[in-house]
Amino acid sequence: MPRWVRVALTAVPVAFLVVFFVYPVVAIVGRGLAPDWALDLDPVGRVFTDASLRHIVWFTVWQATLSTVLTLAIGLPGAYVLSRYEFRGRKLVRALVTVPFVLPTVVVGSAFVAVLGDGGPLAGLGLDQTLGAILIAHMFFNYAVVVRTVGGLWSHLDPRAEEAARMLGASKARAFREVTLPALRPAIATAAAVVFLFTFTSFGVILVLGGPRISTLETEIYRQTAQLLNLPLAAALTMVQLVAIVVLLWFTGWIEGRQRVALSLRAATETARRPRTYGARLLLTANLGAMALLIGVPIAVLIERSFDTPSGYGLDFYRALGEIHAGSTLFVEPVDAVANSLRFAAAATVIAVVVGGCAAVALASSRRRGLDAVIALPLGVSAVTVGFGFLISLDHPPVDLRSSWWLVPIAQALVAIPFVVRLMTPVLRAIDPRLREAAATLGASPLRVWREVDLPIVARAVLVAAGFAFAISLGEFGATVFLVRPDTPTLPVLVFRLLGQPGPLNFGAAMAASVILMALTALAMLGIERFRAGTMGTF
Amino acid sequence: MLELAGVSVAYDGFTAVDAVDLQVADGEIVCILGPSGSGKSSLLRAIAGLEADTAGTVSWDGDDLTRTPAHQRGFGLMFQDHALFPHRDVQGNVAFGLRMQRLGKDEIAKRTRDALTLVGLDGFEHRRIRELSGGEQQRVALARALAATPRLLMLDEPLGALDRALRERLVTELRSLFVRLGLTTLFVTHDHDEAFALADQLVVMHAGRVEQSGPPTEVWRRPANPFVARFLGWNVTRAFSGTVAAVRPESIRVVDTSSIVGEVTARIFRRDHFRLDVRVDALAAPEDALQVEVPLDAPRLPDLGDRIGLAVDRAALVTFD
Repeated sequence: MPRWVRVALTAVPVAFLVVFFVYPVVAIVGRGLAPDWALDLDPVGRVFTDASLRHIVWFTVWQATLSTVLTLAIGLPGAYVLSRYEFRGRKLVRALVTVPFVLPTVVVGSAFVAVLGDGGPLAGLGLDQTLGAILIAHMFFNYAVVVRTVGGLWSHLDPRAEEAARMLGASKARAFREVTLPALRPAIATAAAVVFLFTFTSFGVILVLGGPRISTLETEIYRQTAQLLNLPLAAALTMVQLVAIVVLLWFTGWIEGRQRVALSLRAATETARRPRTYGARLLLTANLGAMALLIGVPIAVLIERSFDTPSGYGLDFYRALGEIHAGSTLFVEPVDAVANSLRFAAAATVIAVVVGGCAAVALASSRRRGLDAVIALPLGVSAVTVGFGFLISLDHPPVDLRSSWWLVPIAQALVAIPFVVRLMTPVLRAIDPRLREAAATLGASPLRVWREVDLPIVARAVLVAAGFAFAISLGEFGATVFLVRPDTPTLPVLVFRLLGQPGPLNFGAAMAASVILMALTALAMLGIERFRAGTMGTF
Repeated sequence: MLELAGVSVAYDGFTAVDAVDLQVADGEIVCILGPSGSGKSSLLRAIAGLEADTAGTVSWDGDDLTRTPAHQRGFGLMFQDHALFPHRDVQGNVAFGLRMQRLGKDEIAKRTRDALTLVGLDGFEHRRIRELSGGEQQRVALARALAATPRLLMLDEPLGALDRALRERLVTELRSLFVRLGLTTLFVTHDHDEAFALADQLVVMHAGRVEQSGPPTEVWRRPANPFVARFLGWNVTRAFSGTVAAVRPESIRVVDTSSIVGEVTARIFRRDHFRLDVRVDALAAPEDALQVEVPLDAPRLPDLGDRIGLAVDRAALVTFD
């Protein structure tokens, strides 16, 4: 690729990130350290001296740690059975297990409200608005991360290494501990880091399930901004959050680099066996049962309660979505929220694919890995940071988008771009350079080579990335809730508002809106599966 | 006619090809033979125009092509393990070069069919690449390179991945095909038998340099230096003449009395003969063990540990200056 093309391709994502990420972050730091253009360390100081704020920081770390440990505890056996056992319906189970990961956080929240809250089948446990509810929802959400990350590697590990250890006199447990576990450790470390990051920055789930009593850094930033209008303190909290995430990302990179081991990998089809012993069948059944309970029940109950009207099963709640009137505190008819969501998500998808696509092409053709980290940065940074940053930086010159419709799609695109890059780059990198050379020796000019070899292979990846970006934008809540105007809410924002309203009709309508959102997301993901190729990267 | 003058290829300071001069006449089949890492693939890529860091000149019929990009050189290259386009079917692969030449639709279809017929794959047009066996993929790659009618066809270890029986059959087929089409062909291999069977001219490469070139019979009869001799399986030793000389294992006879005496350290049965490793007393280092072939019908078959005498005809020795 000519140098100038690469420079141009790099310039697009870099410019986008500078304006829509670096600039807002700088604004946050400015607001946090010098609210009135003079250095003032009071807001930052308060985060560490004020007892209730200190408790919030502590609780954020504590719930993320607990969530990570619990998710690993339930996810690792699941990863084992899904990667090593051959059984009927394995592919389907694997796909179903991934569903929660792409569900909008608000849908996850309302699903667990449906199960654990008033009138839910498990209301008797008294978990509603407690740490317990949040932990279970986090396990539901991140189970797929562990299964995909660890199981993905596990299914490709050469079982003969463990067999060799057994032949040399190691017991089954010993062989696992000395051979398999060290090989899996990098994947486990990565999964743990990702789960910790996701739960540390969890917003929608905690806002919906935690109620007024439970706050983390994320929800406190929102409360200080939207309810108390204390922007300097919100900025200080965001800074603490940013520093924590940067340290976390650096630590993750360090661990991954340190633990990288050369492995001998096999095709997954060669490593899976039917469960033959009684113990193996028991393990498989127990895990499938756990998956059904953790993932199947909340989704099923959510759907059930969306039809369970006071006058028996029916479509009343769905009809109510069209009837709740503009005069209420919702400002709009709920059906308009669907249209808003689709329009915002479509625009965000276009932006994310163009910007992320340029980044992926530039990344794949460059040998230096430095750019990878730059593009991946927003992945770790929370949606709330993006939303808050936009709110305080893009409402005045030089970048004034205060009244622009594009503010929301741009924020959603920013959240989706890292996923687009991570999906497309491995596909581009995997194109055998000799295919391009073969085309050149057959008379294709460099531009023609790109059109004939790269483009057809990349086209699929672009479709998959677009589907993902669409699903993410559709369910995006953290940034959108800061930025969306009262008269143009998206579906997730509508669900959140409905859950805050009293009465069974509002609650039922929230369930119905959640189901519609879930169906739209599922539709986008099904579209992806059709185009997904074998060499696809994962997130 | 292809002419190379002082062609060198460097990777990050490492010289893979070092000042190679070479000429390939029209219609000639030239084989570059050498151990892996000798720079032969790099040389092909340099000729194809795929190596950025190339010094020296590559010219065709007197036209300097050194600055000409790969797609305008009119050379074909068949890659090691083929590099077929996975997203196109057989026809899409074979027609690729013809499409680049902007030929008419009918012409492309006809020449694609002809190329597939030539390699014995009639009716394979709409097969997918992944469904083909190794031998079939190899033929598609050949058809793809041939269909574009390159003025020079280059092949990089074309038979490398195939099993032995298939390879032997294809060598014969390839040679008669190249001769029939009058193709100017340059190909690379590390396999002696393949090289001797296919080539009009043989070029032996080592560490980026040309060690010897000439007709195969000439190279086999008279290796130019100790490296070529050793690479072709000759003994290179001081045992028989005081100076360094090369001698083929089958030219050494086992005799009862000789001034050259050694101990048998290994014996292997090889279909029509036994091969012995003999450590000669006068030569101290164990790596100087001589390889000796004893025919099956020899009056005496030495055993492991036997002490035997060795003799050789003066005429069988090749000495180096």
